[in-house]
Amino acid sequence: MSTTLFLVQVLNGLQLGVLLFLIAAGLTLVFGVMGFINLAHGVQYMVGAYFAVAFYALTQNFLLTVILASASALLLGLLFEVLIFRHLYDRDHLDHVLATFGIILFLNQATTVLWGPEPLVIPEPDFLSGSIPLVEGLLYPVYRLAIIAVGLAVAGLLWFMVTRTKLGMLVRAGATNLEMVSALGVNIRRLFMLVFGFGAMLAGFAGVLSAPIFSVEPGMGDDILIVAFVVIIVGGIGSIRGAFIAALVIGLVDTLGRSMMTDILKLFMDASAANQIGPALASMLIYVLMAAILFFKPTGLFAPGKTA
Amino acid sequence: MNVAPDKKPGTVISNLSDSYRLSILIFLILALVPVFARYGAEGFILDLVNRAIILALAAIALDLILGFGGMVSFGHAAFIGIGAYITAIMVTEGFGEALIIFPIVVVVSTLFALITGIICLRTSGVYFIMITLAFGQMLFFAASSLSTYGGDDGLTIWGNVTILGSDIFADDVGIFYISLGFLIAGLFLVQTLVGSRFGRVLRAAKENETRISALGYNVLRVRLTAYVIAGVIAGIAGFLHTSQAEFVSPATMRWQHSGELIIMVALGGMGTRNGTLIGAFAYVLLIQALSDFTQDWKLIFGPLMVLAVLSKNGGIGRFFAYVKGGRNRA
Repeated sequence: MSTTLFLVQVLNGLQLGVLLFLIAAGLTLVFGVMGFINLAHGVQYMVGAYFAVAFYALTQNFLLTVILASASALLLGLLFEVLIFRHLYDRDHLDHVLATFGIILFLNQATTVLWGPEPLVIPEPDFLSGSIPLVEGLLYPVYRLAIIAVGLAVAGLLWFMVTRTKLGMLVRAGATNLEMVSALGVNIRRLFMLVFGFGAMLAGFAGVLSAPIFSVEPGMGDDILIVAFVVIIVGGIGSIRGAFIAALVIGLVDTLGRSMMTDILKLFMDASAANQIGPALASMLIYVLMAAILFFKPTGLFAPGKTA
Repeated sequence: MNVAPDKKPGTVISNLSDSYRLSILIFLILALVPVFARYGAEGFILDLVNRAIILALAAIALDLILGFGGMVSFGHAAFIGIGAYITAIMVTEGFGEALIIFPIVVVVSTLFALITGIICLRTSGVYFIMITLAFGQMLFFAASSLSTYGGDDGLTIWGNVTILGSDIFADDVGIFYISLGFLIAGLFLVQTLVGSRFGRVLRAAKENETRISALGYNVLRVRLTAYVIAGVIAGIAGFLHTSQAEFVSPATMRWQHSGELIIMVALGGMGTRNGTLIGAFAYVLLIQALSDFTQDWKLIFGPLMVLAVLSKNGGIGRFFAYVKGGRNRA
């Protein structure tokens, strides 16, 4: 494999990584602060992408679409929080799993009914279309570079909010000892709503960003949800820093694994066997990585310490 | 330490005679299904009930670790997949003898459960849910990329499972009674385990792990044993699945399928003698009824699930009357 191709794969990996981070950030905060397992976080990503399709058809303007679709994802997230999730925070994990699983079934089917089962796509915005040469002989699409840039910017913003603002302080405190935060007179309910809405919006935003490059179809959130869970488990639940590092690592490992595993195996075995095993091994790689990390650190890499 | 409220003691033991009679009644009705199916759409009825029986077997195994052991495994379908794929691959390769396939299914399920169990059981709570889920996904993707054996599209077997040269597995009624036999044996095994000293430690560790450890029991070993037994039973369900459907696809191992098994267990009331059995049949029949009614049955079923969880006491039987441990925090 040439250096150029390797560089392209690294960029692709980073792009997957930042998208994963946008999804995982909300997931890890919601779980870290409220102890709530939200399987419906993946459909939030899917809904963001469908909102993008709908609003793009309406406005034909990409920036407007991003704003409207993210806002709609925020509203939908808040709606679910008020109607359903807030009544379940005190229940055990199994109830969370069952209720959010029901929402997945509903929303996946609802999108099929409303938009049909065929994959949809929206065009890249004009000002981000085309490719630019990064190094000699390497053209890379501007839109994908923009995703990486936006993802990193959001990560920086989140880092600032979590470490430097009062809200962030409450979130960190809540992830460590919720009862104490509550006893100090903080309105927990409002904090929960804020965190939940923000997480839902970020997942929806990731869906909007990916609408021009991945196909928008029912169930698109189901598999990425599991990868996002891998990210927050590896990073340590409740840790934004952990989610960021883990998202990039998982994105890179998955992308590079898929492109290089078969070639690496060819060094050890004959070509036909490598062609058989390579893809299987590549798609298992991130789960093997997660299992290995959990074996040595059962609470992930950067889990915030819980106080009893 | 958060002490869970006391579960009603002896839900399994105190009503033993009544629930025992109910089990026998359920099995009698099931045993008569092939007799009456002849007067209706025989193939369809046998297929539907047979699928429900096989799923019930897997769900009963899940109930052992989920309902009695408190381990929310989200990768249970992976074991069905292991059994199903081993069977399908063996038949495709020309080794259709059940007496060869069956031991291999048991051994591989045991090994996979041992290896993943040792890793999974080091964690608890949400980490356990997620790591079991990840192992399930791992197998799902592995099966999807088995291009020799169907890949994404799944594998239709062109032979069938035989036993000592007999084609009983290929016969609709034959495989029905074989599945039913395994279901009865599976329920008996799980109930015997739960009532034994081993089962009492398993159940007690769900209530208060610290106390059980302090009493000198090796909680990890007990849980691992239960996890392996549950895995093997689900593997056998996979073996039956391929024998019955003569087809297997990676979708068998999708995490959504594991989720369905959890629904079956929760639907009937976890940790009861007949709950999971009834839950599995209720689930399969409910979905059949809803999908007859509309193609978009998930639009109805999804909200139903949410409502059932929200209204704690609704639903079938003891739908949500299991222990509310509360969140495991300060």
